[in-house]
Amino acid sequence: MLSGRLLKQDWGPPVLLGILGVLCVVVPVANLLVPEDSVFHVSTYTVTLLGKYLCYALLAMALDLVWGYCGILSLGHGAFFALGGYAMGMYLMRQIGTRGVYGDPELPDFMVFLNWEELPWYWFGFDAFWFAMLMVVLVPGLLALVFGWLAFRSRVTGVYLSIMTQALTYALMLAFFRNEMGFGGNNGLTDFKDILGASLQSDVTRVVLFVVSAIALASTYLFCRFIVTSKLGRVVTAVRDADDRTRFIGYRVENYKVWIFTVSAVLAGIAGALYVPQVGIINPSEFHPLNSIELVVWVALGGRGTLYGAAVGAVIVNFAKTWLTSEYPEVWLFALGGLFILVTVALPKGVVGLLRNVLGSGGQTFSEFVGGRTVPEALIQWAKTRPGNKET
Amino acid sequence: MKVAARSSTRIVFGRWVRSCLVVVLAIGLVPCFGADEKSALDADFQATVDLLKTRSFEEKAEAARAIAALTHPRTLEVLTALLDAELYTERKTDRVVFAKGLDGGGFNIRDAVTGEELGQVGRRGAKKISVNNRLRGLLRGLIASIRLDNEDPDDRIAAAEAIADGADSSMREVLDRRLLVESDPKVIAAIETALVVFDLDATDESIRLRAIRASVSNLDGRVREKLTGISNDPVASEAIQAAARETLESIEETVARYKTIETVFFGLSLGSVLVLAAIGLSITFGVMGVINMAHGELIMLGAYTTYVVQTLLPGGLEYSLLIAVPAAFVVSGLVGIGIERGIFRFLYGRPLETLLASFGVSLVLQQAVRSIFGTLNRPVATPEWMSGSFELLEGLSMTFNRLYILIFAGLIFAALVLVLQRTRLGLEVRAVTQNRAMARAMGIRSARVDALTFGLGAGIAGVAGVALSQLTNVGPNLGQGYIVDSFMVVVFGGVGNLWGTLVAGLSLGVANKFLEPYAGAVVAKVLVLVFIILFIQWRPRGLFPQKGRAAES
Amino acid sequence: MFGGSGEKDKLANVFQPFVNQSANFLARKPSRDELVNTDSGYILYLEDITVSFDGFKALDELTLYIETGELRCIIGPNGAGKTTMMDVITGKTRPDFGTAFYGQRLDLLRLTEPEIASLGIGRKFQKPTVFDNHTVHDNLELAMEADKRVWATLTRKLNAEERDRIAEVLDIIGLKEEVSALAGSLSHGQKQWLEIGMLLMQNPLVLLVDEPVAGMTKQESESTAELLTTLAGDHSVVVVEHDMEFVRSIARRVTVLHEGRVLAEGPFDEVQHDAKVIEVYLGE
Repeated sequence: MLSGRLLKQDWGPPVLLGILGVLCVVVPVANLLVPEDSVFHVSTYTVTLLGKYLCYALLAMALDLVWGYCGILSLGHGAFFALGGYAMGMYLMRQIGTRGVYGDPELPDFMVFLNWEELPWYWFGFDAFWFAMLMVVLVPGLLALVFGWLAFRSRVTGVYLSIMTQALTYALMLAFFRNEMGFGGNNGLTDFKDILGASLQSDVTRVVLFVVSAIALASTYLFCRFIVTSKLGRVVTAVRDADDRTRFIGYRVENYKVWIFTVSAVLAGIAGALYVPQVGIINPSEFHPLNSIELVVWVALGGRGTLYGAAVGAVIVNFAKTWLTSEYPEVWLFALGGLFILVTVALPKGVVGLLRNVLGSGGQTFSEFVGGRTVPEALIQWAKTRPGNKET
Repeated sequence: MKVAARSSTRIVFGRWVRSCLVVVLAIGLVPCFGADEKSALDADFQATVDLLKTRSFEEKAEAARAIAALTHPRTLEVLTALLDAELYTERKTDRVVFAKGLDGGGFNIRDAVTGEELGQVGRRGAKKISVNNRLRGLLRGLIASIRLDNEDPDDRIAAAEAIADGADSSMREVLDRRLLVESDPKVIAAIETALVVFDLDATDESIRLRAIRASVSNLDGRVREKLTGISNDPVASEAIQAAARETLESIEETVARYKTIETVFFGLSLGSVLVLAAIGLSITFGVMGVINMAHGELIMLGAYTTYVVQTLLPGGLEYSLLIAVPAAFVVSGLVGIGIERGIFRFLYGRPLETLLASFGVSLVLQQAVRSIFGTLNRPVATPEWMSGSFELLEGLSMTFNRLYILIFAGLIFAALVLVLQRTRLGLEVRAVTQNRAMARAMGIRSARVDALTFGLGAGIAGVAGVALSQLTNVGPNLGQGYIVDSFMVVVFGGVGNLWGTLVAGLSLGVANKFLEPYAGAVVAKVLVLVFIILFIQWRPRGLFPQKGRAAES
Repeated sequence: MFGGSGEKDKLANVFQPFVNQSANFLARKPSRDELVNTDSGYILYLEDITVSFDGFKALDELTLYIETGELRCIIGPNGAGKTTMMDVITGKTRPDFGTAFYGQRLDLLRLTEPEIASLGIGRKFQKPTVFDNHTVHDNLELAMEADKRVWATLTRKLNAEERDRIAEVLDIIGLKEEVSALAGSLSHGQKQWLEIGMLLMQNPLVLLVDEPVAGMTKQESESTAELLTTLAGDHSVVVVEHDMEFVRSIARRVTVLHEGRVLAEGPFDEVQHDAKVIEVYLGE
């Protein structure tokens, strides 16, 4: 009944699920069955690129869960993504076996290079797929649980919390850059050969990974939807809007925050695990604070607190990034920086909110509003008049 | 002991003078101190240098001594060339020349007496004046003793150290001689160190023991090396070994103590940089509750301003920093006010949005700098008065740039405290920090205060940039490296509390430097970050939290 | 910082949740009334409570007892410490000094805000705080007495009885029409009512009501008075109010606070004529 009500009110979910469904059918066909010289052929490069966007969309959705619904602005979600990625990367590393440069059956190349005698204890088990997948979930989850428990219990909130999460990912980045950590240092993990026996170089594997990413994104969306529409979801939103008040009606706010933070971190880890086999590398730069904060702008641009908005934002920004960094590299940072400013000042509800306002009833549409004003001025003024744009 | 050493030196010295006189008289050259002293000296020099052409090493030695006795400007050059086998005789003219070998064989030659360039000769055009080992030893001694008489005390110290390094005990007498006339305490110390190094190798046990005892307060690396050798030397007697060990221990204690002082200094120096970087942030964070992620880029702008000032004033390196400080303050301050008026004022009461917008600003500033100045680091020169180091105690020296920056940070901090405590703006800033609504009700134009405060914070970031330009590379990423650190300082110290920022910055700097030797630079940094994350659990509002009802909400 | 008694308190705080949780796991959950032992006839005991902010004493050795089922009005000039007192009772502010017991057994100073709320102390704030982005219905549902732990909440659905309860409260607070409206769109007076409704949904033993009639019409004021009077008896009600007329209309017993201390206590008429009270109020 609940989902029925929501689907009726909001065009976002069916559109998102529909697009993902269509992609799951069209992309494999267009890549594998359509001949290469046809205009409808989709190259494997494009498939991988799209798969990468889907992973980013999943990551953005995870962040939206904590930021959009619980008001926790994490500037360290890239860390959970990267940890999930490293767990997957470790599995893929072990699969290389004797095909490495040094041909050591046990040790990955970089360990042989560093003259390590044996596999460190924390690498054990990663040759088994199920174990690696368990770690994809457990490692980010446990880190989030411990960090969240420490932070939320002592009521670290707002910008303090944001800064702490940034420090977390920064510290992890520094640590992973060290060779002594046993994760390949600067170069990270790369040169993967196959996953579950299938070659990562083959088109079929790429397409399968793409489809798995699409399914994962759709399932994540439904799962998050279930959470935010449950009573728990409403408590979490209440915490976002007035955490003190929520306490005074008997909810342990800290526990709710830790829960949602941990769930979100696990989702981010899954996104990382799907990302690594498609791009073929994971290295410490994924922990860079810049990545995490860029992720925030995807969500902000798409429209936070909508879940699908986050996915939309991730795809838009990354598409723009792919295009700009190849065509006009010097413009990219201007564009990204400008986007941050534009979104926060003029579009607090993001693209999705803008579309809703334009399509929805009530209030002036943007074109009506612009009148004789310059565009940026009008954008600011107009955004201010939108209903519901006053909250933080 | 010292007295004994000096009296023996006198005897040696006397003999040496006599032998020189013999040489001079033997060739019948009566020194003429008449009207033209200089030409007389040149003539003497010519005559003595010509003596080197003999085949007898004995005579060459005599000649070398005679040359050393003359205070001719090229004395040292001739002796050094002889030692380095670069002194030749030109076959054609039989002149003594300096010869530099050329790639294709042959030599570039120069007259040894007049210094006049004589062009090139073939491989066979010049003949080397050969030396043997004994002669080399003598030459080293003569050169060292001449250098020991040099006017520049630093040169004298270098000479004494070179003698100690050579560990050639025949040099002793040269040192002893100089000790008699030396007045510079640093040179005396260097000579004595060299003497101790010799005595530590003495065969006479009592001299050796005395030398060991005497080296207790000596931090010279050679002495320590010798002592370590002695304490492990199976040939040396028990007593000697024990004494060496004991002395070594006490030296190492002193060294450790100095090391600690040095670490504290490095820590304070790093801390003062952190304070400089963080203090502007602390002000804006405290007054407006605004996290300014572009703070690092404002620092970067300050550093680039220094570069621009130096480029515009190519001759004014020495005072360029004095101009750069106010210039950077103005540039970064104006940019800061621009950001505040243009963007942040629309976002008050929405701290997380401000954080994101300011991050956008930081990206734009970075790219702007990259587009204007390029991606490469820009060279910023260090003025004379900031380079080099000074010795606080023996074995404990500090670099001037770090010292000045420490002082500079102190001055900026004091100035800021004065501004906030003593001026009208400061009063208004404090009022707005504590209770914005109330301050507005009292008629304070909070918008103006916001803009000015932001300008002040940004200006100080610019000034910090000038300081940083003296320590690190000036490039578009300069600001990024400091932003996380500065936030840690602010959060650790407590928002809006200048003293908190000061204490937090300095203590984090010192902690970092103390951890580094044990854990390495990266792990030390990670540990500090983890510590702060844990610390915030315990005191969510930092070391010096703001109190009262207003702070609770 | 880690002094002896503080340490003990901390320890107690750590263990208290376990005590509560294990209580929940027992086959027969001890009822709230059993936990809150009110055999002596009193439900709240505040003794020598002192709270200071930067040297300013908001509460100065305040001692106050509330009887079970009582309707108590607390009045006093601004800064008398009324709101701070409520903060202490609900666990928001920890006093520097003093004891606060809920019934005979429960030490309020060792409980967290949600624990205190779950044990039956409900609070309405001075400034109405409802969840603006939730509907009126959701506001009531969130406040409803239920298992408020995380996993239980995830799968929680309303049953028929609970739906009736919400409908009943909607009726009482007169927001039937607005059931699907966002709370943020309500008028000030409606928000006041919604908050009272949320208080009712919690089914508390003690209601702490801070300025309930601010922003209400005369008529609404009267029905609030009636509601509070009805609630007294089954519940203990503590009302902080400035509106003297309202206080006169409901009060049986009145406490006057001044500078963090109890200045006078007694029936309204008696307090009204107390010389000290007149001086404080007229002196302002």
